[in-house]
Amino acid sequence: MIDDTIAAIATAPGEAGISIIRISGSKAIDILDSIFKTKKEASIRDFSQRRLVYGHIVDREKNKILDEVLAVYMKAPYTYTKEDTVEINCHGGIVPTRNILELVLRKGARMADPGEFTKRAFLNGRIDLAQAEAVIDLIKAKTNKGFDVALSQLEGSISRNIKDIRDIILQTLAHLHVSIDYTEEDIEEITYPQLLSNMEIVKEKIKRLLDTSETGKIIREGLNTVIIGKPNVGKSSLLNALLKESRAIVTDIPGTTRDVIEENLSIRGIPLKIVDTAGIRDTDDIVERMGVERSKEFFNKADLVILVLDASEDLTKEDNEIIELINDRRAIVLLNKTDLPQRVKKEDLQKLLPNKKIIQISILQEKGLNEIEEEIVKMVYGGHIKEMDISFVTNVRHKNSLERAAKSIEEGLEAVKQELPYDLIEVDIKDCYDALGEITGDTVDDNIIDKIFANFCLGK
Amino acid sequence: MTERFEAGRYDVIVVGAGHAGSEAALAAARMGEKTLILSINLDSIAMMPCNPSIGGTGKGHLVREIDALGGEMGLNIDKAFIQSRMLNTAKGPAVHSLRAQADKHLYHTEMKKVLENEPNLDVKQGEVIEVIIEDNKAKGVVLRAGAIYYSKAVILATGTYLGGKIFIGQSSFESGPNGLAPSLKLTESLKKADIKLKRFKTGTPARIDKKSIDFSKMEKQPGDEEIVPFSFMNDELKKEQVPCWLTYTNGETHRIIYKNLHRSAMYSGKIEGTGPRYCPSIEDKIVRFADKNRHQLFIEPEGLNTNEMYVQGMSTSLPEDVQISFLSTIPGLEEVKIMRPAYAIEYDCIDPTELKLSLEFKEIENLFSAGQFNGSSGYEEAAAQGLMAGINAVLKIRGEGPFILDRSEAYIGVLIDDLVTKGTNEPYRMMTSRAEYRLILRQDNADLRLTEKGYKIGLVTKDRYERYINRKLQIEKEMERLKKTYIKPSEANVFLEKYNSSKINSSISLYDLIKRPELDYDILKDIDINRPDIRRDVQKQCNIQIKYEGYISKQLKQIDQFKKLENKKLPTHLDYGKIEGLRLEARQKLNEIKPLSVGQASRISGVSPADISVLLVYLEQQRRRKGSMDE
Repeated sequence: MIDDTIAAIATAPGEAGISIIRISGSKAIDILDSIFKTKKEASIRDFSQRRLVYGHIVDREKNKILDEVLAVYMKAPYTYTKEDTVEINCHGGIVPTRNILELVLRKGARMADPGEFTKRAFLNGRIDLAQAEAVIDLIKAKTNKGFDVALSQLEGSISRNIKDIRDIILQTLAHLHVSIDYTEEDIEEITYPQLLSNMEIVKEKIKRLLDTSETGKIIREGLNTVIIGKPNVGKSSLLNALLKESRAIVTDIPGTTRDVIEENLSIRGIPLKIVDTAGIRDTDDIVERMGVERSKEFFNKADLVILVLDASEDLTKEDNEIIELINDRRAIVLLNKTDLPQRVKKEDLQKLLPNKKIIQISILQEKGLNEIEEEIVKMVYGGHIKEMDISFVTNVRHKNSLERAAKSIEEGLEAVKQELPYDLIEVDIKDCYDALGEITGDTVDDNIIDKIFANFCLGK
Repeated sequence: MTERFEAGRYDVIVVGAGHAGSEAALAAARMGEKTLILSINLDSIAMMPCNPSIGGTGKGHLVREIDALGGEMGLNIDKAFIQSRMLNTAKGPAVHSLRAQADKHLYHTEMKKVLENEPNLDVKQGEVIEVIIEDNKAKGVVLRAGAIYYSKAVILATGTYLGGKIFIGQSSFESGPNGLAPSLKLTESLKKADIKLKRFKTGTPARIDKKSIDFSKMEKQPGDEEIVPFSFMNDELKKEQVPCWLTYTNGETHRIIYKNLHRSAMYSGKIEGTGPRYCPSIEDKIVRFADKNRHQLFIEPEGLNTNEMYVQGMSTSLPEDVQISFLSTIPGLEEVKIMRPAYAIEYDCIDPTELKLSLEFKEIENLFSAGQFNGSSGYEEAAAQGLMAGINAVLKIRGEGPFILDRSEAYIGVLIDDLVTKGTNEPYRMMTSRAEYRLILRQDNADLRLTEKGYKIGLVTKDRYERYINRKLQIEKEMERLKKTYIKPSEANVFLEKYNSSKINSSISLYDLIKRPELDYDILKDIDINRPDIRRDVQKQCNIQIKYEGYISKQLKQIDQFKKLENKKLPTHLDYGKIEGLRLEARQKLNEIKPLSVGQASRISGVSPADISVLLVYLEQQRRRKGSMDE
């Protein structure tokens, strides 16, 4: 009844011992067969099902080995989804995993939606009462929790965070409701300053969670990075140097245009997708070069821009034009060739780019590379570097809900500042509460009412 | 055994003539059905056995809605009030709530008069001891003296009479409210029909003699100068108002109560019924909120022709001697004389989840119920259900679909959905916090929300309908005018400066000026030269709709969301036991409640969001399966 084959990375994103790619559907075993190479060039079907088989994942078109893996296939209907299912255990780290996934997708699988494996398990009539609750949480597209233990732990800590915030809101709501519903009772009504301070706390906490969401996305998807600079400033050498540092280079996937090369590498556990614009044909007209549509697109969607300048030569018109381009972007500026006599002073450059981190490097002498890596780590984890164990919002749905919650609480704060009536402010606070509840799957129910009667002495 | 005889045939029979029963009977009769209302005692029609007031936060909204639909409560309190106040005026329009002190006796006689003069309605005294149920269908009732009345539908509104038992300290006796006869036999008949009954408890404070009170030691609480009527049928009301009085308990009061806790019927464990949290007895308040060193109480008149005063805030099940001694510690009550002691009353009620949203029993056709019997508390909650039960009984016997208001349409919808979907563990009271969309469900726009609907079902009179249309048109016209009337900077800026409002550079509409927090419709009078002479309520309505437009539209968006799940209908014959993936508890609950929509299902306690997802997937699966069969 469901005829396409789906695939997804089943394990937590980021650096880990192993990652698992799961494929489910009628073509799952064929796909594995087409990319899996055993020592004796046997077909996976020559091995019995449910047995881990050692071999390599190969991109046969490119005649390239992607990773050494253990693979297993399981025949329908005795699988999680009741469909033919394949699992590939590869080396951990975002790069090999993604590469294999991409290959699987090229071979005819479709990227699974969040929770889709479980949805299939359900739609195919697989019954598991004990797991029903978990199963359906998955259908709600929370995350692949059923087989994604690591991520579900992350989820747990997100839930705790959300719960804490909701508790504060609930207290506030209860007090607000009492102030509205029990006007004649001998009760201290909530005041605007009280509301303001409670809501500021909520806003701050939501913001902190939201801040982690970007980190979460980067952990999951990689940091889109673009290296720019005029010709011969050392862009390619920089890329090579970074690649050398990164022990996780696996492949180069050709970009969508012939001009752009995308490299995947990992810096201290952070996956980076670096686009090297070095491949773009040289031209003296920097505007024209940036105008090349694809590279412009890459530049525009990049999370991080690395600008390389030659410290041994005066800044040119092109340099200045690029400097202008990166002014409002998240960027690191590298002053390369510090081994040569200096024509550009860091202080002068800093005046042009007051908010940018400028690092003096010499790729030739391998100086300053450490500092670049540190800066990238700092940028990604922001203030959270010391709290690496706190949760990161990795789920788009969660992020959307958090954003809605943030918007509501901000509108509510605005209403409080204008001293609008409580019943209006309540709409925003309630909205915020509900938006957060969507993340944890909690509904309002009678929580507020219970709180009211537990905390306030009311009645005739 | 008493000899039985057939005494008459009706379309609808209403058992009980309290606030629920009165509305139910009037609704049925006004919709054109031959109706009989029965009461244990005709002198207790629309009796107010507890507080002498109608309305309040949330409850006031209900009364306005009852009125907008063509019910009687609003009209009756407008006749019988002796003090009126709009509560919460310092807060937003959504929670402004009207409350009026009533002359209890007048309230009763006025309602009795209305019932007696209603064509199609017979009013009779008699105790119903049996509901005739055949083939799971209600067919009529039997009175204690043997009379049998047959009908197409029966509405139960037995209040606290059913299995009533009063507790005063250690003494307890079978009784209806206020010393009236209880209804003791009907319970058996209901149990035989497999209706499951439980016990709820409520209480009422003492009535004290006005002559024994020293009001100089209390704070006077007068009524409002501008009286807003409850009924949309009344433009303005003028009346001499009577004050209420405020005073406080103190440490000595608490000490006496504490010392005598063991003599309280509640605390000694004599009462098995569950009482309401929002209406705790004074002993409850003192135990649970021990750090509060005083509790307030209001002394309220019971009427113009009586010395009895109601002691609001002091409901108790302590013995009378303790009541006297703790009351006399209170400033102004040193010489207090009790005329009626406080008591607690326990009564039989059902688990309202046995009902459909139409208030018909799921298992017994043509049997409806309303009021405290359904586990609610309060005159207004009772009246609202009575009205709806009356309407739905008529629609049922006519073979028409039920009249159901959802949570985004009325507090009445919230009330009934809460009761029927979630059930209740205590006497249920309406509060504005129970309504998710209260910015829309305001008391000032109840007619705009509901009168059209009431007209369609034939309950709203032509007279009322025309008033509503007229008001609606006036509001629309004035809104239009405010949008189109532009004020030039030269006309506005001096005025704006006076109100600390920022100046304008180009012309601005009155509409946009009203939106400014520091301005409103009334203030703008000075620069609105061509303002027409229109009714006050129309002006207020325009002001609210403009000022809160932003928030109102936010809430309308929430309602859109809500309606999505509400519109995903669930077939009532669905066997949830067969839906894979539902947790066991959810299966049981869903099978019990038989929700009409996924939205309703999501509000059932014990049904988790996960279960709702299962239901959604199931529906999707069914739809696809059906789709593939159609192909």
